[in-house]
Amino acid sequence: MNEGKEPILRAENISISFGGLQALDNVSLEINPGEILAIIGPNGAGKTTMLNILNGFYKPDEGRIIFEGKERPKHMKPNDIAAQGIARTFQNLALFTGMSALGNIMMGRTMKMHSNIFSQGIYWGFSRKEEIEHRKAVEGIIDFLQIENIRRTPASMLPYGLRKRVELARALAAEPKLLLLDEPMAGMNLEEKEDIARFILDANEELGYTIALIEHDMGVVMDICDRIVVLDFGKKIGEGTPDEVKANPTVVKAYLGTAGE
Amino acid sequence: MSGLPLTFPHILLDNAKKFPPNQAAMREKDLGIWQSYSWQDYLEQVKDFALGLASLGFKREDKMAIIGDNRPQLYWGMAACQCLGGVPVPLYQDAIHKELEFIVDHSECRFALAEDQEQTDKLMHLKDKMPSLEYIIYDDPRGLTKFKHDWLIAFTDVQERGRRFGKENPDYFTNAVEQVKPDDLSLIVYTSGTTGNPKGVMQTHRKVAACCRGFNAWDNLDETGNVMAYLPMAWIGDHVFSYGQALCAGFTVNCPESTTTIVHDQREIGPTHIFAPPRIWENILTQIMIKIEDSAWIKRKAFHYFMKVAGRVEKKRIANERIPPWDSILYQLGRILIYGPLVDNLGMSNIKVAYTAGEAIGPEIFEFFRSLGINLKQLYGMTESCAYVSMQKDGDIDAESVGPPAPGVEIKISDTGEVLYKSPGNFLGYFKSPEATAETLEDGWLHSGDAGYMTERGHLKIIDRAKDVSRLNDGTLFAPKYIENKLKFSPYIKEAVAHGMNKDFVAVFIDIDYGSVANWAERRHLAFTSYGDLSQKPEVYDLIHEAICKVNKSLSKDAKLRNSQIKRFLLFTKELNPDDGEITRTRKIRRKFVANKYAELIDALYSPGQDSVVMEIKATYEDGRTTDVRADLKVRDAQAY
Repeated sequence: MNEGKEPILRAENISISFGGLQALDNVSLEINPGEILAIIGPNGAGKTTMLNILNGFYKPDEGRIIFEGKERPKHMKPNDIAAQGIARTFQNLALFTGMSALGNIMMGRTMKMHSNIFSQGIYWGFSRKEEIEHRKAVEGIIDFLQIENIRRTPASMLPYGLRKRVELARALAAEPKLLLLDEPMAGMNLEEKEDIARFILDANEELGYTIALIEHDMGVVMDICDRIVVLDFGKKIGEGTPDEVKANPTVVKAYLGTAGE
Repeated sequence: MSGLPLTFPHILLDNAKKFPPNQAAMREKDLGIWQSYSWQDYLEQVKDFALGLASLGFKREDKMAIIGDNRPQLYWGMAACQCLGGVPVPLYQDAIHKELEFIVDHSECRFALAEDQEQTDKLMHLKDKMPSLEYIIYDDPRGLTKFKHDWLIAFTDVQERGRRFGKENPDYFTNAVEQVKPDDLSLIVYTSGTTGNPKGVMQTHRKVAACCRGFNAWDNLDETGNVMAYLPMAWIGDHVFSYGQALCAGFTVNCPESTTTIVHDQREIGPTHIFAPPRIWENILTQIMIKIEDSAWIKRKAFHYFMKVAGRVEKKRIANERIPPWDSILYQLGRILIYGPLVDNLGMSNIKVAYTAGEAIGPEIFEFFRSLGINLKQLYGMTESCAYVSMQKDGDIDAESVGPPAPGVEIKISDTGEVLYKSPGNFLGYFKSPEATAETLEDGWLHSGDAGYMTERGHLKIIDRAKDVSRLNDGTLFAPKYIENKLKFSPYIKEAVAHGMNKDFVAVFIDIDYGSVANWAERRHLAFTSYGDLSQKPEVYDLIHEAICKVNKSLSKDAKLRNSQIKRFLLFTKELNPDDGEITRTRKIRRKFVANKYAELIDALYSPGQDSVVMEIKATYEDGRTTDVRADLKVRDAQAY
């Protein structure tokens, strides 16, 4: 899909090491607009590191990131990168536990709000209008992810599967151009996984989001992704559609076990 | 009641003329905010949709399947269908493929209206097999935009077509409504049936309207009323209450945001009337008990103390006896401290009348809610009588009966003890099953299949399904549902199946209530992995045994039922499930089916000394897949009194 279009993000020859450990070694990848890209690989392959580089949390030792045709400056801060339109969720949840689900999701909109804390406090005129507008957008997401019943529940009181969903909602609230999901289904039971898979597909198909995700559950990856990038020991060892990746002997050997067994 | 319009399309037109535009006919919570529709909006929506249907070729007497949660659009679809002289066929939203296939095929639906992607998906599967199903219309477009078929259309697109069609044919709608006559079919609802395939009950405008007006008059329901629509639309109770009665009286119907927010939404709306089957009241009671058990020591003590007071006062009130002054003072105090806040929490502070119907309710559950000050009443009716047979009158309530015959209803008891009645709501017949109709309807008398009798107060008392009432080997009367309902008063028991026909004693299967037993186990630091694991814990057996002892004690006080005390029981490792065919969608036990499927378990119950048995069954997932389940069940003796 979307052939001939400029990729929304291009990572070129990325290398990074932590002390003596080469976490990523000359990895390049592209994310095309409108696709769901999965980054897979065994433990320690460098998947989360890649995600951290894409959203600017780590600075690569070498290589460059081109987002929407513009090269990212070397020392751009993660919050500025977020403002450019890259949102993410985390492998280990990062919600404000004392805040309600609604509050957490509203946080995802702060990047888009312009009134300052004082006028927000008074809640009058422009800031009131702005708040209502953003609340409406957030309610749309709450409806989309079917979490109406937990709107007012503090995040700390929610079960794990729902917290994950709230985190996804917060990322969606930022209306990102690129959505990065770090193991969106980790630790979930089958039913919760099916739900989240449905939401990811809908976010892609109905709302048109471009998504890059890391996931361990191969079944899910093969089902919902358009393209897959395979990492192993910091190197890219394969790339392509799910069928191509399944047929790639190097990948099968490294990740799925030895072929032919 | 001459002069009143007798068909629902005419009633709708009348309401749009009669009621002011600021009066809400329907409310729906969307994006966290209640949206209101006036009667004029209601008519406009129905008209556009009806014309849209007409433009797609919908003709008089066409059937339209309706499936989904209670959304205004689905009620409008129902009305639109009736406006064109068509017949809506509401379906249970949790019905699996096989059931849907049977009903859509049997009723010859050309059109189907579905709430969302989940329901549409089920219908799309049918479409290939069933050429008679021509159009599928969906309300919520989410997840469906990628499908491009001529036969798959959004609700709003149908309305858009309708508006265009209306411009070209300005008189079409009025003419169509003009042709709708009181004795036209207005509805086919399929009864779940505890035996065999579902049967399509045919009702007419005249019959449904007569019953709805009867209900409204009985309890003075008028346009100031406010109700929540949350029961399955395929249940006659919802059709009468949220559709028929609302149109006839002009009260407001509120659609909750989602099935998970009902309690919260109900608190915001503060309905004036509630209609719920016993299982809902059982659930509410269970929820209350869980929360009370979790609360602080002092609250727990206060709750139990004041509930005892309330129970005493309620017994006096029902018997129309004087309440001792001291109890009266305590009750007022309890109202401030316990009953008031509790009722408010349930969103029932504004309730004028609450109804329970569809099944027998346990007297203890009934009394619990009444003692809180909620005016809960019992109704008796069936799909075949449009739910209209008998109901309780204010000031003449009795926990064990279902009230005197409703106005216009005659009741008689046959020689075999079966309840027969003539009601204005007695149905036209089963769709395409004249034999079944002839069996049920004889000279206008409807054979209810229920065993019952009239009490000295002139109230109808239902004992059980006639075919279920039997005797133990020693001749003791055995009414399984009576015992099961007593058991279900325990918050830890969700479902029970009592055995005893031609046996020496009574033994039961029990389904624990996962929510409350899990909560109980957690508080005791009892580790478990799943429903099956939890159900087989010795501690849980002790817990259930305690509940059984209570029931036995109460049975031992009744000379006639003394011998029907429960002697043995076992706990199921799976929940009884309509998808597995053990209970109907309205949660009635299909006894014959259960007896066949679990014959080995029943043998074990009646083999004294055997303390465990292996259960091997196929369980069905929601999507129709099956899996084999094997489990060891413990069998226990229960103490008798």
